[in-house]
Amino acid sequence: MEAVFEVGQRVRIADRTPPVHHRVPSYAKGHVGVIERVCGLHGEPEKFIRGNGEPRQRIYRVRIPQTELWQDYEGTDNDNLEIEIFEHWLEGAE
Amino acid sequence: MSDHDHDHDHSRTFQPDHAEPTSDGARIGLALRELLIEAGHYTPEEEQVVIAAMQKASPADGGRIVARAWTDPEYKERLLANGAAAIRELGYELEPYEFTVMENDDTTHNVIVCTLCSCYPRSLLGMSPAWYKSASYRARIVREPRAVLAEFGVELTEDVNVRVHDSTAELRYMVLPQRPHGTDNWAEEELAALITRDSLIGTQRVLKRNREPGDS
Repeated sequence: MEAVFEVGQRVRIADRTPPVHHRVPSYAKGHVGVIERVCGLHGEPEKFIRGNGEPRQRIYRVRIPQTELWQDYEGTDNDNLEIEIFEHWLEGAE
Repeated sequence: MSDHDHDHDHSRTFQPDHAEPTSDGARIGLALRELLIEAGHYTPEEEQVVIAAMQKASPADGGRIVARAWTDPEYKERLLANGAAAIRELGYELEPYEFTVMENDDTTHNVIVCTLCSCYPRSLLGMSPAWYKSASYRARIVREPRAVLAEFGVELTEDVNVRVHDSTAELRYMVLPQRPHGTDNWAEEELAALITRDSLIGTQRVLKRNREPGDS
């Protein structure tokens, strides 16, 4: 399956809270970052509640500046957080 | 002991060297394991093999990988490009996870956390430290990494960028710490002995030599 996003592309992490187990922490929801790495296909966490997580979804590592995550961040503008996000949680961003 | 009439052997499911379950969670866990074995999903022997492998894993294995990367630039390149494949070269099996190795250098410091639970490269580095699973570390290291690192004794100047890696899904991480100065002629086994668990997680930055250069 072709990857939708490529390294360096800006993406926004969806801000939603499905009523099932999911692997996106609240602090990252709605934030914009850059694709750091395109990873493999893995079972979708939201679908393990019934079934086996199929169809599998691609994971990306997204790099987000700490100053984007926290308005009162104490550190430098070059400090980053990197996090694994499934493709269906991402959309292209300006 | 109960004498209910089925033929599996509880003494092989519940290992005598494990503590008696004292909480509801532990009792549920034990009951679930017994049911999975009873239903034929895996055997007690297979469970023993997995537990033994996990108990055998330790930070020394991570140290061996780091020492190889320090002494073999081509291996280091493969390790940073595809961690799982390079680690498998040295005889370690990390399926089903992707494995990512993050390199520290003069201007970058990497540190690992799992904010959602406590994901840790257990099959490679063994049991995680208690603080790694604490709510305090998990919440604070993403929010104020420099303050938390300072509490671990890692003082970072402003020209060093912090990269926090939140292990939220199917990847597992290990930090490749910097090789200490004055170890140019050291053998791989000597180098491996310098590497600590915390340096592989990123809560230690500077590795200490255990002998001075020139000592035999």
